[in-house]
Amino acid sequence: MLLSEYERIGRFLDPWREFERLNRALTGASLPSGRDFPPINLWTGPESSIVTVEIPGIEPEAVDIQVVGNTLTIKGGRAARELKESEAYHRRERWAGQFVRTVQLPYDIESEKVEARVSKGVLTITLPRAEADKPKKIAIKTV
Amino acid sequence: MESEKKEISVQGAEVPAERTRPRRIYTPTVDILESEDRIEVLADMPGVDEASVELTLEKNVLTIYGKVEADIPENHRLAVSEYGIGDYQRQFVLSNEVDRERIEAVVRNGVLCIRLPKAEIAKTRKIAVRAGA
Repeated sequence: MLLSEYERIGRFLDPWREFERLNRALTGASLPSGRDFPPINLWTGPESSIVTVEIPGIEPEAVDIQVVGNTLTIKGGRAARELKESEAYHRRERWAGQFVRTVQLPYDIESEKVEARVSKGVLTITLPRAEADKPKKIAIKTV
Repeated sequence: MESEKKEISVQGAEVPAERTRPRRIYTPTVDILESEDRIEVLADMPGVDEASVELTLEKNVLTIYGKVEADIPENHRLAVSEYGIGDYQRQFVLSNEVDRERIEAVVRNGVLCIRLPKAEIAKTRKIAVRAGA
């Protein structure tokens, strides 16, 4: 669940969510229940936002990125390995399955200028703010 | 984590020393598969490539260590954080059946794959019995 600071201030604190967030922060676990995979970090700047997503072992072709208005949707999946007859798991902690993650920004995205790249299993998406949506400075005339 | 600690102490290995770099250390999630002739370890380590991963084998403890260079965008502030950026470390105790000379590792798309072939000795061997003179 993405929860921006704006939102957090704007509404009552949901104790369960807070608890979950704290728990995650304290255990430092990189540990994905299906809902949290893949984990997302969101960086905001004056002209753009940058979303980084940890997608180890996922080929770039297997990721689908869509931008509509102020919303970014990332879809993809990581297949579980098919076991051969003689193979058996000792541990199985890595996540597998299909995912959809949606991020809503507080402004419209210039969809033509969105850039995405993958390096070492980390997906980085740059989302520039739409020109029409940028704040305008109003000149004050003296009469 | 608990079970790993236990395994290590059982084996009498030393407690891993602290790193000097003040970084967070994360435990990568792993899959461990065993087949007839080898054991395979797959570890999710996003942000790590072949130059920044270190595998060491001391006595019978295999240590995986991955260094992550934080890629912080300029003029940007972290607004939502679901994962932390830091190094990865995890240790496993190998049994004697692993052939230490032939261990191989590959990193691809942030996933480390270590192949630990079983030693000939560990594979089933038939012993010929001769007639005594």
